[in-house]
Amino acid sequence: MSGSASPLGGTPSANDRRRRLFGSIFAITCGAATLVGVLALVVLLADVLRDGLPRFDWALLTNFASRFPERAGVKAALAGSIWILGLTALFAFPVSVAAAIYLEEYAPRNRWTRLIQLNIANLAGVPSIVYGMLGLAVFVRALGFDRSIIAGALTLSILILPVIIIASQEAVRAVPDSIRQAAYGLGATRWQVVSSQVLPMAMPGILTGTILALSRAVGETAPLIMVGAVGFIAFTPTGLGDPFTVLPLQIYNWISRPQADFQQIAAAGILVLLSLLMAMNAAAILLRNRYQKDR
Amino acid sequence: MPVIHDIESGGGAPALEAKHVSVHYGSKVAVSDVSLVVPANQVVALIGPSGCGKSTLLRCFNRMNDLVGGARVEGAVEFRGKNLYDPDVDPVEVRRRIGMVFQKPNPFPKSIYENTAFGPRINGFRGDMDERVETSLRQAALWDEVHDRLGDSAYALSGGQQQRLCIARTLAVKPEIVLMDEPASALDPIATQRIEELIYELKKDYTIVIVTHNMQQAARISDYTAFLYMGELIEYGPTETIFTNPREQRTEDYVTGRFG
Repeated sequence: MSGSASPLGGTPSANDRRRRLFGSIFAITCGAATLVGVLALVVLLADVLRDGLPRFDWALLTNFASRFPERAGVKAALAGSIWILGLTALFAFPVSVAAAIYLEEYAPRNRWTRLIQLNIANLAGVPSIVYGMLGLAVFVRALGFDRSIIAGALTLSILILPVIIIASQEAVRAVPDSIRQAAYGLGATRWQVVSSQVLPMAMPGILTGTILALSRAVGETAPLIMVGAVGFIAFTPTGLGDPFTVLPLQIYNWISRPQADFQQIAAAGILVLLSLLMAMNAAAILLRNRYQKDR
Repeated sequence: MPVIHDIESGGGAPALEAKHVSVHYGSKVAVSDVSLVVPANQVVALIGPSGCGKSTLLRCFNRMNDLVGGARVEGAVEFRGKNLYDPDVDPVEVRRRIGMVFQKPNPFPKSIYENTAFGPRINGFRGDMDERVETSLRQAALWDEVHDRLGDSAYALSGGQQQRLCIARTLAVKPEIVLMDEPASALDPIATQRIEELIYELKKDYTIVIVTHNMQQAARISDYTAFLYMGELIEYGPTETIFTNPREQRTEDYVTGRFG
């Protein structure tokens, strides 16, 4: 510190100039990193659109798979994906939310809880093919569901369970403790606190997490191959025990064929899958916004 | 030993009596061997510097400490001839009869009406809910400001209004004692004054125990004052005595602003 205060303004010192330079370099680096992701998406979309757009029409959605590329469509795969999606949500959502509530609101804070917590976090990172093996051993063989929709949906439910649990736990944890205290202070039981205050406040976060986890499930291929989803199916499923195929598997099948026409229809199939994903993400955003407006 | 002045309970039984209450958090002692009598229909203020255990003591009076992991309460708190910590006492029932208002206004993210109706509803109230809501909001001196917008979100209210809503919400359960944990510390002077006037009004129907770090506030609103320091009760007696003629040097130092 010098004795007299220097006035504001004037030429910056060497140190000031260096600090500002570092600041600019850092900002540019981060901006460039963001561009990498955006550019990759743009290139991918442009490529898929170029190949797939000519085939992206109503016939695509209403035709079954076929040996003849001009007649091939995604009807069975789309129906299979929607079946799988609905059933997976049905199985995974209640179990995950219940687990999250137990871990956050009921479980004692001890070594066991921490161990369970750690395992859930690890499970979220297990490769999906491992879940496929589990599904094959448990649902297809041991429980005798065979190569059915229910075996596929249960396998994917197990796969996204940890993801929804973690997202739900975060949503439950984000509910301020003052709200719980207020409810307890009025003579609420733990069940009343959870059901009438904590859960409604956490619901937007839980739903968003669930939809994002389902978006992951709808793009999964490997575990469904393991449990025996079939590549070529010429009917829509009518029940839980039916064999099935899903969009990513159908796309994979087409792409592995040599004919250029099939490459095109695969690209069109990707567009269908992307539309489904975007619709789900839009639903997640809408849900979040609607709940937040109520506050 | 603490200095305990004469407490006039007006002939009736005390509303609440703490007997040798100690609270431990793990190995830390937060409240140490506190005994005091809360007379019915009076306002008792708990004062003392930050961390002296006054909030912890307050939370013993409706078993809110049960919700804090690792807190252990010893001694007895007697309410209507029964120790709140007896094994056959349900803490949920305790909290219904001994209500609590918190430091920061904490309304639920619901309408004004739903906030007030929540307590009666979860406790199985089957009467006229509209009437109960109106009475409670009137008691909390909030009715005139909100009667035409009961369906609005509680978050649309000002801080002072939110705190009065929280008081109304507590009163709607019809408790016998109301515990207040620095209820005005997050509010501006005008809103604080309204809360203080309200406390004065509520004294007719309720017994009030209030924690405050604001000594002027304790002097203005309370009938009895307990001074706590480092977890111990130092002096307890009529507010006037504590503020004008305390017997303990530490009490005098604190109320005259020499420390704390």
